[in-house]
Amino acid sequence: MIAGSHLSYAVTIFLMVAGLFIVIARGNLIKKLVGLGIFQTSVYLLYIAPGKLIGGTAPIIDAQFRIYSNPLPHVLILTAIVVGVATLALGLALVVRIREAYGSIEEDDILGSDAAGPTDAGPAR
Amino acid sequence: MSLALHLPALQVVVPLMAAPLAVLVRRAGAAFLVVTGASWVAFATAIALWSATSEGAAVSYAIGSWPPPWGIEYRVDRLSSFILLLVSGMAAITLPYSRASIEREIAPEQHYLYYAMLALCLTGLLGITMTGDAFNIFVFLEISSLSTYVLIALGRDRRALVAAYHYLVMGTIGATFIVIGIGLLYLTTGTLNLADMAARLRDVRETRPVLAALAFLTVGLSLKLALFPLHQWLPNAYTYAPSAVSAFLAATATKVSIYVLIRFYYSVFGESLIFDALPLPQVMLILSLAAMFGASAVAIVQHDLKRLFAYSSLAQIGYITLGLSFGSVTGLTASIVHIFNHAVTKGGLFLLVGGAMAVMGGTNLGRLSGMGRVMPLTSFGIVLGGLSLIGVPGTAGFVSKWYLILAALEKGQWWLAMAIVASSLLAVAYVWRFVEVAYFRPPQGDAVDLREARPGLLIPAWLLVAATLYFGLETSFSVRSAAAAAGMLIGAGR
Repeated sequence: MIAGSHLSYAVTIFLMVAGLFIVIARGNLIKKLVGLGIFQTSVYLLYIAPGKLIGGTAPIIDAQFRIYSNPLPHVLILTAIVVGVATLALGLALVVRIREAYGSIEEDDILGSDAAGPTDAGPAR
Repeated sequence: MSLALHLPALQVVVPLMAAPLAVLVRRAGAAFLVVTGASWVAFATAIALWSATSEGAAVSYAIGSWPPPWGIEYRVDRLSSFILLLVSGMAAITLPYSRASIEREIAPEQHYLYYAMLALCLTGLLGITMTGDAFNIFVFLEISSLSTYVLIALGRDRRALVAAYHYLVMGTIGATFIVIGIGLLYLTTGTLNLADMAARLRDVRETRPVLAALAFLTVGLSLKLALFPLHQWLPNAYTYAPSAVSAFLAATATKVSIYVLIRFYYSVFGESLIFDALPLPQVMLILSLAAMFGASAVAIVQHDLKRLFAYSSLAQIGYITLGLSFGSVTGLTASIVHIFNHAVTKGGLFLLVGGAMAVMGGTNLGRLSGMGRVMPLTSFGIVLGGLSLIGVPGTAGFVSKWYLILAALEKGQWWLAMAIVASSLLAVAYVWRFVEVAYFRPPQGDAVDLREARPGLLIPAWLLVAATLYFGLETSFSVRSAAAAAGMLIGAGR
């Protein structure tokens, strides 16, 4: 068992934890979204890396190709990437609206101005 | 008839097609008609599917005629058909209500977008319930979640934007945990079809990847169903969202996540792993008790009625997971029947609060004082809903509590039965807060145009209140469906 054979899993774990740390530890709303993106990228690696078999080729039906790498994880991750892109776009759109409403994209400022504000659902924006 | 053969696909496709149609027609009235029509067709389809599965047969539909397990399979059994009825029924009632309620809560140029997002949310929730493919669950979960974030952000208070953002971050972390769990299961078994996965997992149940998958799935789903302590997104999201959105989400979003949890626990991992080999029931018991008592206690000190009911929802979700932690047929029946009863109760309550907001201008308890005299029907409806939350006999909430206590006594845990009763007393305290403000305080000074809510707002809300009373007295539908679903799940695959 070579340490290198687990390289993809080590990178996955590093990205996963780094992404989560950024989401929790950074107060800037856009940085949180960046962390979320890094966290989602680690999952892509988790799916795709084990799909590659040693000596495996793309699934081409021919006499000379015996071992196929699994193409299904690639399809699943394409879907997951699209979901990630949609989430990022939606998050950024929300950040734009928050900036317009609060004047800041730092979480501390936003929570501070909410704590000082009214306690019921306020007037229409 | 060939249409009947394609009912499972139509259940999801009809609301899905309604969403871009609503965007294309642009005018709010036309978008309303398209989406409401689609939701009623979806409700009719759910009724047809429920009657098809009521004898115990499961309906299986291969998408694109690719046979399972290679293709995606839509599978309707007793549990899914019950949840389908609930979700489509709630949409069918909330949409006519929205027409009147969003006039004041959402800018007119955004109305058609509201209807499109609601159609997408309905699609996602119905798809999660229908599908028998693990990755498909994730895709539909994200469809429903992304549209939910937009729906919440449509609220008129600027804090709705922050609530939607926080829900987005937490919900995406939850969904990513779910996809990690599904990935580990796929790497272990080589299949994504739930039934096939269950068969292949039988030999490898206690290996580390499967246990890790179970852990990731549990945490991810607990985030989505707002189980304590992963509930932080819920109070703000329910409080600042438009009233119709709060009602629809409170009734459906967390319930469908609980359905996915039940599906994975019983139909994929199997009870012998969850309940015999792991301490999961004990952990779930502790978290449920924390939710029941903690959330009820916090609800008592709230100043905003919507936030009060949001914390009450957290406590009621604790009851559902408490029933799940028993692992017995009675416990699972209690959970499933409370999924239905709480959805009907909370949906009705949030719809009534929306009517109150339309007339009184806000949902702060101070603003709602004297409501009992100005809006008698709405206040009485909220009181009846509150009685159901407490679990007074004659309301739907009592039926769920009855089965929960029965399940606790079956296990010989008298202290747990006492705890369930004690937490219901906490519910009395927060319902009394509304009663005191509505009936024992004079109306606010600036009362100019205060009268009862419009029929468009009152009738759908009172339909749900009437349903709460009906299903509290005539329990044959809800209890029999839940018991049949529980009986089918337990003992199906140990």
